[in-house]
Amino acid sequence: MLVSILLAVSITLMYSAPLMFAGLGGVISENAGVVNIGIEGMMTIGAFFGAAVGYFSGNPWLGFLAGGLSGGLLALAHAVASISFRADQTISGVALNFIGPGLALFLSRKLFAGSAMTKPVEHPIPTIFGSYAAKSSNVLIKAANIEMTVPIVFICAFVLWFVLYKTSWGLRIRSVGENPAAADTLGINVYRIKYLAVFVSGVLSGFGGATMTLAVMNYFTQSTISGQGFIALAAVIFGKWKPHGTMAACLLFGFAQALVVLLGGSNSKIQIPSSLLSMLPYVLTLISLVLFVRHSSAPKADGIPYVKGH
Amino acid sequence: MQSQQAYAVEMQSIYKYFDDFCALNAVNLKVKKGSIHALLGENGAGKTTLMNVLYGLYKADSGRILINGEQVEMKNPNVAIEHKIGMVHQHFKLVENFTVVQNIMLGKEVSKAGFVLDISRARKQVVELSKTYGLTVDPDAKIEDISVGMQQRVEILKALYRGVEILILDEPTAVLTPQEINELVNIMRNLTEGGKTIIIITHKLKEIKKSSEYCTIIRRGKYIDTVDVKNVTEQQLASMMVGREVNLVVAKTKTNPGDVVFRIDNLTVEDSRKIERVKELSLSVRKGEIVGIAGIDGNGQKELVEAITCLTKVKAGRISINGVDLQNTSPHNVIKNGITTIHEDRHKRGLVLDFPVKYNLILENYNRPRFAGHAILHEQAIHKFAQDSISRYDIRPENCASELARALSGGNQQKVIIARELSDNPELLLAFQPTRGLDVGAIEFIHSALIKHRDSGHSILLISFELDEIMNVSDRICVLYDGRIVAEFQQGEVDENGIGLLMAGGERKNGI
Repeated sequence: MLVSILLAVSITLMYSAPLMFAGLGGVISENAGVVNIGIEGMMTIGAFFGAAVGYFSGNPWLGFLAGGLSGGLLALAHAVASISFRADQTISGVALNFIGPGLALFLSRKLFAGSAMTKPVEHPIPTIFGSYAAKSSNVLIKAANIEMTVPIVFICAFVLWFVLYKTSWGLRIRSVGENPAAADTLGINVYRIKYLAVFVSGVLSGFGGATMTLAVMNYFTQSTISGQGFIALAAVIFGKWKPHGTMAACLLFGFAQALVVLLGGSNSKIQIPSSLLSMLPYVLTLISLVLFVRHSSAPKADGIPYVKGH
Repeated sequence: MQSQQAYAVEMQSIYKYFDDFCALNAVNLKVKKGSIHALLGENGAGKTTLMNVLYGLYKADSGRILINGEQVEMKNPNVAIEHKIGMVHQHFKLVENFTVVQNIMLGKEVSKAGFVLDISRARKQVVELSKTYGLTVDPDAKIEDISVGMQQRVEILKALYRGVEILILDEPTAVLTPQEINELVNIMRNLTEGGKTIIIITHKLKEIKKSSEYCTIIRRGKYIDTVDVKNVTEQQLASMMVGREVNLVVAKTKTNPGDVVFRIDNLTVEDSRKIERVKELSLSVRKGEIVGIAGIDGNGQKELVEAITCLTKVKAGRISINGVDLQNTSPHNVIKNGITTIHEDRHKRGLVLDFPVKYNLILENYNRPRFAGHAILHEQAIHKFAQDSISRYDIRPENCASELARALSGGNQQKVIIARELSDNPELLLAFQPTRGLDVGAIEFIHSALIKHRDSGHSILLISFELDEIMNVSDRICVLYDGRIVAEFQQGEVDENGIGLLMAGGERKNGI
């Protein structure tokens, strides 16, 4: 019993980590007033670069960083369109959701001899206890032997929370998302803050994608990122645009994904058709949004392009 | 050199163009150090544009700006802030879900180690400043929970926190009660005693007389004069502002109201969030009478108007005209029974901005036989009716029947609405903020139209946030507070201060 609970926890954490990175990305971008519906696309490109760089360099950390950077660069396109040119943020985000997978597939065919998937990464992200766990007979250590990305995402969440609520930068970021005109009259550079927030949002989403290909699986295919970006976005809303709330929401959605694995195993006592099971995370997302997001309070100027002097 | 030093601000022949439109045409402004200087002009005269130039939000096309005798190029607000100029905008620039302290320090945070906020030290500074100048605020309250008057004090504190010496206040009294206005005038005095210079932008004459030492008048972007406020009357200021003689108070005779035409009994209305906004309200309007409802925005006015016009359902109570119940029927039924309405927001509810003026003039009557038969519009009749209305109500430009309503100025748009709403001689005209955002000339016109309608034996229910308007136009005055009529007076029984106190929820004392 204890072992299966521990197993459930570790699988939940494994599946939650990519969602958490992306969710935190959503939090920072939306707190600065930019709706980032393109998280899905940024995760996809991050997942590809994570796998590709991880494969060619043989270093998972290099892959992880490359994934983040590629997500950040893609996010800059969103920033240029939605901040500088005041494009509709939803449309710009949707465009990224096409560009991300398209670019990943194109590069994959170029780099991996026409294949739509990358070759498996030889060295994935290491686990906390590494090979020590394999030798150990302690079930606790075996079960707690989760990937390093999990503690990293929790550290990121704490840092983001601290920055948003305890520092002058956070005060400025949130003021830009709530009332950019007020921030502007106080000499705060609204555009710079928005750009920075969107870039960081892309980097975090890219980390999320890379976590998927370097810690959860060890290769990239077209279906590696299938809706995680949107689930993360739902988690941002469910978590009331706050880092800690979003983390909790991501854990819930991660748990739903873990259930798919746990209940879908062939040795499971209850046999549920796998296609029904795979719906679980998405259905849960939908239900949570319908039930709990009535009194949600988005940043007031979220999604509204800021035009100086209006 | 010495004489120049006495001026905190000098703006010399400032020009500012927006495309072809000349917003500022050789405007001069000299503000003495330590004085309260009013900037007077109608809407669109260029007051705010001039101040935006001074604050660096707009760049002048030519002209010089001197701050304390030194020429400065105002490239952006940061230059203005460097020269200790602060501006309190008409629409407050506050972050609603931040506390007072957070709003004040935003952009100039007090912090430890360079980036970790030090709220307690910032709080101390805010408390100190608020004591020095008598600006009472609750430092830990969130902006969304405090009154408009306190929000304004936060804005002033924001400027003081940044060490301003020259403070620009844009229409500071538009949202305040008479008591809050007096408090603001006291604060302004405290500030000038502390050596600060204040420029106040306004089109309200009474407040200039009350607060300012000097007044510069601009009209259609042109500099008219700078006067010593002591030596001029409100009437003279008004004439200089408008460019012709105006009547600040429209003449009207006493009426002898007839029977009760319209009545509301124990009306209760909830808003969309199921909160009661109108609470067991009763009132009546008699034939040939103007009843004014005084009150601060947000005390149930909106819900009351929506209930009368059947735009919302009432929870309990009756609304009736000539004995016919109207509550919970339809807007069409309300109009059919002789009630027409001037809504608060002329763009949202008053006009179809992208329709020509002539169609806007028949929005309510388009299906009358004279305008339409068998679903076909009689274009000629409509056009003729529009021409008549345009000349009767002096809507400008005079050939605007086929122009889009959007192209008219605010005052002329409002005249279109009045022309339409009065065209069928309604039994009761419901006028909600009928002069919102209009200047003295247009206000005069609209007030006299209201009084003319009354004199022809009809009734008017006037709901306004402008106490002056209520005082000048009404025959009977009701004070609305928190969804209830808390007091009722005949014209002349009470002065502004008495009503102001009741509007703010004060107790009714003997003698008022």
